[in-house]
Amino acid sequence: MRYTILCYHNEEITSSWSEEEDAEVIECLKAVNRKWAKNFEPIVRLMPTTAATTLRKTENIVTDGPFAETKEQLLGFYVLNVESYELAVQIAREMAEANPGGAYELRPIALYYPNGVAIEDAPTP
Amino acid sequence: MPQPPEPDWIEARLVGARPQAVAALLRYFRDLDLAEEAFQEACLRALKSWPKNGPPRDAASWLIMVGRNAAIDHKRKQARLTALPDEEAISDREDTEPDIAERLDAADYRDDILRLLFVCCHPDLPATQQIALALRIVSGLPVPRIAAAFLVGDRAMEQRITRAKARIAQADIPFETPGPIERSERFSVVSAMIYLVFNEGYTDANPKSERAKLCDEAIRLARLMLRLFPAEAEMMGLLALLLLQHSRQKARFDEAGAPILLEDQDRSLWNQRQIAEAFAMIDKAMLHRQPGPYQIQAAIAAMHARAERPEETNWAGIDELYQALERHAPSPVVTLNRSVAIWKLHGAEAALEMIAPLAEPLEGYFYFHGVRGNLLEQLGRNREARDAFGRAIALANTPAEAAHIRQHLDQLEVAPPPPGRAP
Repeated sequence: MRYTILCYHNEEITSSWSEEEDAEVIECLKAVNRKWAKNFEPIVRLMPTTAATTLRKTENIVTDGPFAETKEQLLGFYVLNVESYELAVQIAREMAEANPGGAYELRPIALYYPNGVAIEDAPTP
Repeated sequence: MPQPPEPDWIEARLVGARPQAVAALLRYFRDLDLAEEAFQEACLRALKSWPKNGPPRDAASWLIMVGRNAAIDHKRKQARLTALPDEEAISDREDTEPDIAERLDAADYRDDILRLLFVCCHPDLPATQQIALALRIVSGLPVPRIAAAFLVGDRAMEQRITRAKARIAQADIPFETPGPIERSERFSVVSAMIYLVFNEGYTDANPKSERAKLCDEAIRLARLMLRLFPAEAEMMGLLALLLLQHSRQKARFDEAGAPILLEDQDRSLWNQRQIAEAFAMIDKAMLHRQPGPYQIQAAIAAMHARAERPEETNWAGIDELYQALERHAPSPVVTLNRSVAIWKLHGAEAALEMIAPLAEPLEGYFYFHGVRGNLLEQLGRNREARDAFGRAIALANTPAEAAHIRQHLDQLEVAPPPPGRAP
């Protein structure tokens, strides 16, 4: 079963980290990645939301900034391939210990085309 | 049960919430000192309460409410000089998440923070005081760190900030919600201040020094502004410009701290993550079709960032962008910078001709004499080059700049005079 772990955090906080503090957080997360290496698939860190634009589909216009104006922003995501939901939660817990603050949202994956090609016999999530 | 937060994370939250909280407190109290004291008090209470109760979901609102209540209590106590503090005044009402905070109008925050920054840029204040004040009030840097960044003593910096605050207290702070024209004026003043903060740090060779960290602080402030006003193309341009300049930090100085020229830098040391973010900002800004000086400067810096090797630099493109900049924001410094592109495109003679009229307006400008010396050296006019470098040294802003020019002078000493000229 595949899950994404969507990483949410308050950007006011993450953007006040120094380069060293940021690197420290990444190192802590890497330790968890290494421990569960066989369960991790793509890992994506997004640029700050200041780099985001949003295409509003009904108006068909591009606006500046992220879609959701909330305290906590989507800052990245992981794809996990795990035998059970429990393991996904455990990994998320370990990541939370490595990087406290904010939240990890676990979402089961419905469709998964790792190479961007929607073929008939794509692997099942 | 939630884990009690670690002190480090409380600290990070306090730093993150600071601009918003101090800005809102300034709106309530209309007094910088009071706003700052109220914020300090709220932080002290947060350090006591959050480890026990867990951090509030909205740290800024919590700090605003607690800071406001604490300051009001304090005022009340002062009003009743002889009376004992009563139970009510020392109640621990801050331990519950203030629900009034939910009703604070989020839209106010944007203008609050803009106002807070704008207040720090009061035109009566010299630039150095503006920066010091913004770093103290908005970024919350402790005085010793600001003092270290400006290479002055703690006491001198403390006095500088106190004087700046006193000056602002006498001035009228505009508290009504700004109209579109005022807002855009505030924007350009604040942008200029952020750029000054960056430049203050830019010349420092040691990336670990307090001074060099001002670059990170400037980028943080630009991001903050952009989160509040996401559709400001010039703020996108400013952020892109700062990121591009900052991306070269590790390549810009040698081990002795002497500056390395752009064409001699090891480009593999350029920070590709910052460059990529800057490119994304420029792409976004272009959609607005409202070019301005920061966007053009960012586009020029991007031309350099795109060239994997110095000889791949698109000098014709850079020349065009400088011409555009001369139209948007004419200044002798812009023309001086353009002359470097002219040098690459048409040779030193043409560049020298171009900067000749700048001699008077840029008489006291280090880079003018540096560029002129370089051009003269290239043309073999060594005696004039030596004069120009001599003036540059006298005007150098840092010992490293002076040392760099001295190197040129040393080369001139050992270089044989060009044939056919008197030494």
